[in-house]
Amino acid sequence: MAKPKLALYWAASCGGCEVAVLDIEEKILDVAAHFEIVLWPCAMDFKYADVERMNDGDIDLCLFNGSIRTAENERLAKLLRKKSKVLVAFGSCAQEGCIPGLANLTTKEAIFRANYIDSPSTVNEKKILPQPETRVAEGTIEIPEFLDEVRALDQVVPVDYYIPGCPPQSVQIAAVMNVIIEGKPLPPPGTVLGAGDKTCCDECPRVRKEKKITRFYRPHEIIPNPDECLLDQGIICMGPATRNGCGGLCMKANLPCRGCYGLPPNTVDQGAKMLSALSSVIDSQDPAEIEQIVGQIADPIGTFYRFSLPHSLLRRVRV
Amino acid sequence: MAFEPRIVAFFCNWCSYSGADLAGVSRIKSPPNIRIVRVMCSGRVDPTFIMKALSLGADGVLIGGCHPGDCHYAEGNYKILRRMAMLKPVLKAFGIEEQRVRLEWISASEGEKFARVAKEFTEQIRSLGPLRRNGLPHPNAGVEKPAAVSAS
Repeated sequence: MAKPKLALYWAASCGGCEVAVLDIEEKILDVAAHFEIVLWPCAMDFKYADVERMNDGDIDLCLFNGSIRTAENERLAKLLRKKSKVLVAFGSCAQEGCIPGLANLTTKEAIFRANYIDSPSTVNEKKILPQPETRVAEGTIEIPEFLDEVRALDQVVPVDYYIPGCPPQSVQIAAVMNVIIEGKPLPPPGTVLGAGDKTCCDECPRVRKEKKITRFYRPHEIIPNPDECLLDQGIICMGPATRNGCGGLCMKANLPCRGCYGLPPNTVDQGAKMLSALSSVIDSQDPAEIEQIVGQIADPIGTFYRFSLPHSLLRRVRV
Repeated sequence: MAFEPRIVAFFCNWCSYSGADLAGVSRIKSPPNIRIVRVMCSGRVDPTFIMKALSLGADGVLIGGCHPGDCHYAEGNYKILRRMAMLKPVLKAFGIEEQRVRLEWISASEGEKFARVAKEFTEQIRSLGPLRRNGLPHPNAGVEKPAAVSAS
């Protein structure tokens, strides 16, 4: 019997998800033995044309990481959706937009202006900006269009499963691979794989008290007590609004959760959830004092929506 | 056609909703732009509700609760007070004017105040104009959910 076909693709991402796949260590040999890899731009030499030649549904499993930033990302998302039986949004970028998604707080025009005109190290007297097509002596050359908005994979094509994390933890990837390799039945579509169904606080070993916050600290302003809840100590820890599954890695390193495993089950907006949780524990009933305490949070939107802005209810800045 | 603001209001059962009710039975005129959702306490109003209303077409959101010290559940109204303080800078970063979201304390006996706030807020939203979220659909709409997957 022919081996099932596996594709791994990266769209707008940092490459961390690719490293996470390799970090499953010797399990990668099982993956290579079990699957025929048909596309993996980061590690192997296949061309998009190879994928285009395939029949629809030829790829058995496609792990798609990265968000949708350019026309190329979008084209490949649609192509791989068509060619794949099971399409998995792999990692936070594909699931919710992640760090590239923070670009939704500004516009394409402002990004181009900052990068190609205003930045102090740039000399661009003719104010040339990237164009999808440019005519040169030899003909027309093309680069993918930079889209107006960063989107998560499921805002472009239907997605079967999600594997959260920035990047997904290798033990979780290995566990999911195992399920597939052993041919166990897959859960219903839309399921989040390789994660828990509670919040990060659930697997945090720190001692919690009744929270009463009168001052917020940024991580560099305080050396936190390693045994007490970080939120109790006034450090914004995204644990209450983040899905568990990572094993509480950041908290074990005495750092607050940043929220990379995305929104917990039965919630629609991670930032709104965090905002709600945080405002319940501020210890003040005086409007002026509340303003003063809230004012200590540097970059609230970048903190609460660090990983989920494109997938939030408001999605992007209003233009 | 002239712009008519669409305003979603979340009013607590014990004070503000009764206040709006009193305005009604007292035949005090108030603008019809405000659609009231009754909640048990203003402390029940999750920022998710407000953002969802704004993302689905509301031009403004009004929240009504009991006066400080009068909350039926002792301190629910302080929760929404703190949430509003945190929500406003976030909405601002999304490019949404903070005047589109307003918290008011309206007691069960303040039918007049309800009518005044409703008028003021409607006019305020009217002058701000429509919110028009980039003409974007709801993030979870548009792309269909996949049907059953046949694993092989």
